[in-house]
Amino acid sequence: MSRLAKGGLIDRSQPLDFEFDDRRLKGYAGDTLASALLANDVRLVGRSFKYHRPRGILTAGPDEPNALVELRSGARREPNTRATTVELYDRLVASSQNRWPSLGLDLMAVNRLVAPLLGAGFYYKTFMWPSAFWEKLYEPLIRRAAGLGTASGLPDPDTYEKANAFCDLLVIGAGPAGLMAALTAARAGARVILADEDFRLGGRLLSDNPLIDDRPGADWAARAVAELASFPDVTVMARTTVFGVYDGGTYGAVERVSDHLTTPPAHQPRQRLWRIVAKRAVLAAGATERPIVFGGNDRPGVMLAGAVRTYANRHAVAAGDDVAVFANNDGAWLAARDLLRAGVAVRTVIDIRDTVDPALTAPLREGGARVLTNSRVIGTSGKLLGEIEVLADGHRARIAADTLAISGGWSPTVHMTCHLGDRPVWNEEISAFVPDRTPPGLSVAGAAAGKFGLSECLSGGAGAAIAALGDLSIRATLPATPRTEDEPRRVTAFWHVAESKGAAFVDLQNDVTAKDIAIAHREGFRAVEHLKRYTTLGMATDQGKTSNLTGLAIMAALTGKGIPQTGTTVFRPPYTPVAIGALAGHHRGREFRPTRLTPTHAWAERQGAVFVEAGAWLRAQYYPKPGEADWLETVNREVLAVRSGVGFCDVSTLGKIDIQGPDAGTLLDRVYINAWSTLGVGKARYGVMLREDGMVMDDGTTSRLGPDHFIMTTTTANAAKVYQHLEFCLQVLWPELDVQLASVSEQWAQLSIAGPKAREVLAGIVDAPFDLSNEAFPFMAAGEATVLGGTRARLFRISFSGELAYEIAVPARHGVGLAEALLAAGATPYGTEALGVMRIEKGHAAGNELNGQTTAADLGLGRMMSKKKDFIGRALSQRPGLTDPKRPALVGFRPVDPAQRLRGGAHFIPMGADAVAANDQGHMTSVAYSPTVGHWIGLGLLSDGPDRIGERVRAVDPVRNADIEVEVCHPVFVDPQGDKLRV
Amino acid sequence: MRKGSAPSRTCTDMRIPCPYCGTRDAHEFGYLGDATTRRPDGGDPFDQVHIRDNPAGPHEELWYHGAGCRRWLVVSRDTRTHAITGARFAKEPA
Repeated sequence: MSRLAKGGLIDRSQPLDFEFDDRRLKGYAGDTLASALLANDVRLVGRSFKYHRPRGILTAGPDEPNALVELRSGARREPNTRATTVELYDRLVASSQNRWPSLGLDLMAVNRLVAPLLGAGFYYKTFMWPSAFWEKLYEPLIRRAAGLGTASGLPDPDTYEKANAFCDLLVIGAGPAGLMAALTAARAGARVILADEDFRLGGRLLSDNPLIDDRPGADWAARAVAELASFPDVTVMARTTVFGVYDGGTYGAVERVSDHLTTPPAHQPRQRLWRIVAKRAVLAAGATERPIVFGGNDRPGVMLAGAVRTYANRHAVAAGDDVAVFANNDGAWLAARDLLRAGVAVRTVIDIRDTVDPALTAPLREGGARVLTNSRVIGTSGKLLGEIEVLADGHRARIAADTLAISGGWSPTVHMTCHLGDRPVWNEEISAFVPDRTPPGLSVAGAAAGKFGLSECLSGGAGAAIAALGDLSIRATLPATPRTEDEPRRVTAFWHVAESKGAAFVDLQNDVTAKDIAIAHREGFRAVEHLKRYTTLGMATDQGKTSNLTGLAIMAALTGKGIPQTGTTVFRPPYTPVAIGALAGHHRGREFRPTRLTPTHAWAERQGAVFVEAGAWLRAQYYPKPGEADWLETVNREVLAVRSGVGFCDVSTLGKIDIQGPDAGTLLDRVYINAWSTLGVGKARYGVMLREDGMVMDDGTTSRLGPDHFIMTTTTANAAKVYQHLEFCLQVLWPELDVQLASVSEQWAQLSIAGPKAREVLAGIVDAPFDLSNEAFPFMAAGEATVLGGTRARLFRISFSGELAYEIAVPARHGVGLAEALLAAGATPYGTEALGVMRIEKGHAAGNELNGQTTAADLGLGRMMSKKKDFIGRALSQRPGLTDPKRPALVGFRPVDPAQRLRGGAHFIPMGADAVAANDQGHMTSVAYSPTVGHWIGLGLLSDGPDRIGERVRAVDPVRNADIEVEVCHPVFVDPQGDKLRV
Repeated sequence: MRKGSAPSRTCTDMRIPCPYCGTRDAHEFGYLGDATTRRPDGGDPFDQVHIRDNPAGPHEELWYHGAGCRRWLVVSRDTRTHAITGARFAKEPA
């Protein structure tokens, strides 16, 4: 066992059982999956992306490139989870990934033998030809061989939610700087949010365990958190990663509400996505340790020194039994000192520097360690690490070690200072990039600002909070700075051991080696953004947290330019991966968007209607009756019932806009292509409106209910758009017009009653003494009435079906009563399918034809365009391209062989011509089987169509492999004279 | 963004001070574009409809408060920083 006998911040009274690759293991509350694996001597945890090399745990935090596991099982399986950030819970189940058949014996490791083929740019070089092989052969092979974990493929059984939060000061990170910033602001009475990705707050205080006011740093952190929790306006959010900075002081954060539990508690989401709007923010995200690149540096057992220190001090885990250290800075020596204190054997400390402070070396020497300065590790051996090869003062030596703690220095976690486009600047003293310009309202404190000393972190955090609150006129006072001792932090820049033996990895997750960088350099991909894309350096799920700087430093050495001249790639959100589920929240499946129901929806359900989505609406599509074989039989019955008797249909989804004011007629004159101010009171008219560019925007019937009162109908799809357009006209274009608008789509239930017997049925619905006779209420009449004994109603004699037809609007709550009365009176309910069939039979343009690319003339409505007035779109509708007679225009189509079915989307090709795009003359927009004429009919847009009536063309549908002969005909298939409308 | 060339940025960028509803999140608004074109102004109608400048810097633009008071606003925004410095009703003269 590698669990230390005492110490650590684990709760030994709470043992936890867990499984890794079917092995049953034990850990404690306070462990991460990674610390628990190490405590159980599990050192091989995964296989690398390309070469399937054995990999172990490198880090103790979110920067982990190697230890990616599949967490949980079944539908809850979560691939590519960093074991170093997974909080251990009882009965946790995890498995290694990207290995076959098992982690110990991975047959795909043969990839290592072809490593020369898989170097930088290999995708570009190797699989150039033949291109057809890419999709069918190369890509599946590569995806199988090079890969990460696999998703469950099952619907996620858990829920995710979104929430908003607001504060004066957001503090990102709860290490010494963050805690001090939050305390300072909290004591000043500010609204504070403190967020940290860890489940325990304290940051490096938990790992380095320094003394603060003569007490352990972890205790100081716990007391600070307790004090913060006592303020009513302070929110402390553990397990919450702030992942991005956005405009306006907006921060994205994801809270892992239930990730540390087997399943989420009742009514709790797995994760919660926070949108935090902060007046000011302090970034106290700390720093990330970087490795040194040398031969065999990916062998399991090679770990970052800071991580080894974390496992010892925080988790009471010895990363190994025989530890060596390899570093270029003082911090690693302190890690070695802590290991010795914990009773772990540290036998060799290797430093590239000539001289190291005796205060650091003395304790190690006393502890029995050999100290090698001016030395470097050049290679490693063993399946797991067993031996290292060292170049010490010019001499080579092999040294046994099962763990090598490495450190190349620390880089401030500057990511979030760069999310709005700012770039960090190079600081020679600490050999790292530090923040320069930052997003508005965001300041940086502590190690994230390049201030590594503990006292600097504490005072810097407090100072940043005071300055931020000062901007908001909140007075805060500097708290007494706790008594601490700063650790030495000297560093000498060193990136890559030139004498390396074997592959030296820069990016462990994407298997990018120092040699790959040399290839990129040789082949001219030297700019950092080119280097990144050519080698895939930093493009894995860890986004190169431990590799980017090392990679660009190696490139800088090759080009001879300095690191500041070489620069960094762009840091983009998110800081760490965010589950798509968290971003989607509740918007999935049926909840993807709100569903709108018509006033008669519940009634239609009782009638057994089948529903169809029409935008956000659910509409009754057809009403099947027992014994009907399929939808077509039902729809045919509904159509024939209307054509021979009477039917009714809910058309409430059409947009309804109430327009009132003395200038209402003038407004309509300007937005419609035809004349409106001349429309008499009590009359309806069909109108078409254009966009400014001359294309048809929408159509519908508008009625004049009074001298200053119109009611406009729009298509279902464009209701909101037309309303917004009218508001634009009134507020922006013609503010002088005295007109008011109100959307009344939801307020009125509107039913269409159509068929030769419509008037008969209506006579029993509309209250006396309303005169329904053709003389008193002719075609295109509109008026107000009462129905069903006093219910207020609006009556319109308009027809979409071509039959004698009316539309009745009643207050929405009376829609069901009206439908029931119509059914009782013998009318047949019909759905959108029959509605569509009848409109195609009548040649009316609808959504398929109003596709944003058609002009009024294209739709056969050119003569509606008034020449006596101006209207929106008039000027541009006169452009030569829009008046070209060769433009595809609306005509009807019938199959030459009446038994054949027409297909929407088929393209028209002249007889005898090749079915190629150059011969394309338009397409079929709408088709239906017409029970009235007894065969399939279609509407389509055909070049020069109206002049080609009687001609035959081919309707070619390559998608469905259809090619049939059709005859061009007049678009009105039923009652072309319109006699039935006017009876 | 070139260093030193950008104006100072504020912390209220993507919230719009609607004169009717107060300061609201930009998600409540729909964007149209340049508020300084007046149509028709006697020029080429094609240019009026399709040709827009793309200024780097202060910009007067039309936004519609569709999820609020349904007013069209003229919003002053710096296209380089998203800093919004004012908003007025489009119906009222500047």
